Amino acid sequence: MKISAIITLKKDVLDPQGKVIHQALDGMGFKNVDEVRQGKYFEIDVKENDPNKAKEIVEEMCKKLLANLVIENYKIIGTQ
Amino acid sequence: MKSSVITFPGSNCDRDMHVALKKFGFNNKMVWHNDNELPKSDLVVLPGGFSYGDYLRCGSMASKSKIMQSVVNFAKSGGLVMGICNGFQILVETGLVPGVLLRNKYLEFICKNVFVKIDNKNNPYFKNLDKEVFEFHIAHNEGNYFCTSDQLKEIEDNNQVAIYYCNNKGNTEKKFNPNGSIKNIAGIFNKEKNVLGMMPHPERMIDQSLSGEDGSLFFKNLIKNIN
Repeated sequence: MKISAIITLKKDVLDPQGKVIHQALDGMGFKNVDEVRQGKYFEIDVKENDPNKAKEIVEEMCKKLLANLVIENYKIIGTQ
Repeated sequence: MKSSVITFPGSNCDRDMHVALKKFGFNNKMVWHNDNELPKSDLVVLPGGFSYGDYLRCGSMASKSKIMQSVVNFAKSGGLVMGICNGFQILVETGLVPGVLLRNKYLEFICKNVFVKIDNKNNPYFKNLDKEVFEFHIAHNEGNYFCTSDQLKEIEDNNQVAIYYCNNKGNTEKKFNPNGSIKNIAGIFNKEKNVLGMMPHPERMIDQSLSGEDGSLFFKNLIKNIN
């Protein structure tokens, strides 16, 4: 079962890469942007057919390795 | 005095550290990241570099490698563990010291000499040093120290800040901060002060003809303190 998870920076953590992307977009003429925040996306194929169990496993991975909870949040966004 | 330097795939300051430790009297062993057991040591060093290619987050993969369980146990039993640069990033990922190291504020790799100020000498690393301001080298892309406001309060309450970025006079104003780190923090301790993580490289300042001698002062004092 494939589980998708995203890792995003917490609100009050500075995201210099997002800022630079915002500036570039602005320079390209996209003037209607308030803010850009950059994150990470993972697709993990788990050897587990029960979607709830698979989600739990990936959540554990997020907590232990994929995200650093001091600065990042994780969210399971899909199963297929 | 026995020391161990851990080599991870992608470490590149491990041999410099070995040379520095040997020069000042340590009997140093190089330890591979995939080993299970640490040799008997008075000091364990996590060196600088780009362990595991800095994949995922700097230090995150190395913090889960086999040898780290022994290093964490060694630290928790009071052993001295020092992480320099990437080693500092590994330490924060293990949770041995609080906080994280983010990308430098202006998104550039910084490679230059800086001055740092030692605030608190009540620890095995800086005890008996007879000056406060040191010139060390930094070379990093992710040295922007960050922690939550609760963590910062705890760190300050426990005197866990090891060194601050400053100028040659010890002035710690923001303009002397190279990477945007909170409060100019360049290095921190754990609560017990036996674990030290810092971005600057003292091992690069051990030869008058190449760089400077401030690293020599640090290592000479360190081995004396351990004795």
